[in-house]
Amino acid sequence: MRHRLATKRLGRNTEHRRALLRNLVTSLIMEERIHTTPTKAKAMRPHVEKMITLGKRGDFNARRLAASYLMTPESVTRLFNTVAPRFGDRNGGYLRIVRTGFRKGDGAETAFIELLGSEKFVEAKQVKSAEDRAKRAEEIRKAMEESGAQGADEGKDAK
Amino acid sequence: MPNPKRRHSKARTGNRRAHDFLSQPTMAECPNCKEKKLPHRACAKCGHYKGREVIAVGESK
Repeated sequence: MRHRLATKRLGRNTEHRRALLRNLVTSLIMEERIHTTPTKAKAMRPHVEKMITLGKRGDFNARRLAASYLMTPESVTRLFNTVAPRFGDRNGGYLRIVRTGFRKGDGAETAFIELLGSEKFVEAKQVKSAEDRAKRAEEIRKAMEESGAQGADEGKDAK
Repeated sequence: MPNPKRRHSKARTGNRRAHDFLSQPTMAECPNCKEKKLPHRACAKCGHYKGREVIAVGESK
């Protein structure tokens, strides 16, 4: 029987668990979508919803309460200015959890959790990271060409 | 130390293990690519779930 087990303990003591959840919630508010395990996603869900409720209240005291939970001042700003206004006409259920497969290293099941309506943020971020990747690859290719040319010259000298 | 009183026959071992086997996981068909996938999860082949949820699969390499 799993009576009276309101919280998943996630194999951590109280402080560790609280820190983990605060980090997860802060990251989600900043990033719109985060990839983690389904268990952690489900454990953090009520905390995110409470933060969004605070964001919808929008008054000074709500802001202080949010700031006391979230890890960074930027996330508080983003919660109140960007995230909470999106959910004005919705009472809870702000999040979507989708199971996405299994992690290579330890075989754990993975999932992502996202704020509803995050599609355009996530897409913009994916485009940007693809561009960054291409740019970095280009730089590395150039550097390799240069050092490769130099290396060939040095090889000749040695002979 | 307690010890077994009688010899344990091969048949006894075999009979006990008669029910030890793995079972196939339940699979559902992906409505997008018709591939078998685990239910309630994004498709590992095409990354779709509930009609849209695309997680980049394969082509991101």
